[in-house]
Amino acid sequence: MDDLQTIPDFGLGWLDGAGPDADVVISTRVRLARNLQGRPYVSRAGPEDREEVLAAVARVVRQGSLPREAVFASMEEIGPRDGRILLERRLVSQELLGGSGARLPAGAAVAVSRLDPVSVMVNEEDHLRMQCLVSGLRLADAWELVDELDDEIGERLPLAYHHEFGYLTACPTNAGTGLRASVLVHLPGLAATKELKPVLRGIVECGLTFRGFHGEGSGVVGNFVQISNQTTLGRSEADLLDHLGQLVETLIGKERNAREVLVRDARTVIEDLVWRAYGVLMYARTLSSEELVNHLAGVRLGVSLKLLPAPSVYTLNKLMIFSQAAHLDQAAGRELSPPERHEHRAEYVRRAVESEGGLGENDGGTSG
Amino acid sequence: MPEPGRVCDGENCEEPAVVHVKQIVGGEESDHHYCRACAQRKGISPKTGANVAALLAQLGETSVPPEPCSFCGLTWKDFRRRGRLGCPECYAAFEPNLRRVLQRVHGAAQHAGKVYLPPDPAGADMDRRIGSLRRRLQRAVEAEDFERAAQLRDRILEMEPAE
Repeated sequence: MDDLQTIPDFGLGWLDGAGPDADVVISTRVRLARNLQGRPYVSRAGPEDREEVLAAVARVVRQGSLPREAVFASMEEIGPRDGRILLERRLVSQELLGGSGARLPAGAAVAVSRLDPVSVMVNEEDHLRMQCLVSGLRLADAWELVDELDDEIGERLPLAYHHEFGYLTACPTNAGTGLRASVLVHLPGLAATKELKPVLRGIVECGLTFRGFHGEGSGVVGNFVQISNQTTLGRSEADLLDHLGQLVETLIGKERNAREVLVRDARTVIEDLVWRAYGVLMYARTLSSEELVNHLAGVRLGVSLKLLPAPSVYTLNKLMIFSQAAHLDQAAGRELSPPERHEHRAEYVRRAVESEGGLGENDGGTSG
Repeated sequence: MPEPGRVCDGENCEEPAVVHVKQIVGGEESDHHYCRACAQRKGISPKTGANVAALLAQLGETSVPPEPCSFCGLTWKDFRRRGRLGCPECYAAFEPNLRRVLQRVHGAAQHAGKVYLPPDPAGADMDRRIGSLRRRLQRAVEAEDFERAAQLRDRILEMEPAE
């Protein structure tokens, strides 16, 4: 098995916060669903079919030049614990891990590039799910990388395609382009000015969809919202990306405007919110994951409004990933109980912020 | 018909609505939409297993169900139950029904995106393949990945007719 540890940043390049509009947009993801010709879809495939699909994809990935310098491993080789690490890093889905509590499905595998922010899931709902995950709002860049990977794989493996219905997928909701683009945005300003609900309604009216940070079925915690295209057929990839991009640009404008209004008209309220969030993150001795996300959201707002000089967006992004259950377990070297995890999470957050130098000399009290 | 992505009607709640209730009080109908948590608080328990895809599948209903897929054996009934097709051939097997489903889900049934180029393109497709290789070559050069650039250049030379 390839060693996952050899991936620089372990697929976390998108955490750097260096992308455009990083004050509002955390990350951009574009994924393509593809299937091999003449093979049953994963849900109807026996272990043998799945292994054959895996072998065919493995051959193409190893012989081809994309994904560049790919690390390729089956979920069986990776094991459930590292599998959960990959899940928390958004490189694999819950479905690839066999759903909640189930054992790893046969033939499930992942390829992650050591050089580019691209990865490929094998035998998920579709035979192939290629994705590109980058920092900030970069729909065109993400699309270009994943489109190129699709070209490269499609010219070596015959893919299921229909002149009328486009790329054929297991679920008709993905047919056509097989493209799902999502942008993870942080909208605390709109939430504070009570505009979030109408804005979310507007997103739906525009034919787009939204969900929480942790994907399908997850709630909107900390005002982190993932916005993505709802339909995949009848419009070109460029159109779909453009439509999403334009809406996100509008949203960024609205959010910045709301933040300005808050600082102008309710500075004390916002300062109080931001410092309370910072206080809890820095001094609490236990933190649930929901508390963490909520307070990180407050601190992130403070940093973007320059009410707090630190921590950096990179540290904030990193905290969001590394304080999740499997990451805490890995750092502890064993499976923690939920109360232990709350304790470890609080300690991890404190250490991470302190190692960045806290808030520096004029921080209002992090000397202890 | 539930609207995917609708926001919960609960007070101060921004969650997506997943539970949809039609209430009839004194002959007057009203619709309510809640997230799972708010629905639970209101004592509404959603039907388990009711999923959007299965509901969508019902949209493609006709009085005579189509024959099962000859490649994977999936029946239209199975598709309606699970919301997932069995193989790429299912699209041909259930074509008229699926066209209605796709039309309803996407507002269109005609693909307008990327046109797939199979491994061995012929005629005019050959030019498109060369175009795709050229674009990749340019990107490889920009990324200073010269090994890959050289491979791509060789492939373009092989494919291009001699002048």
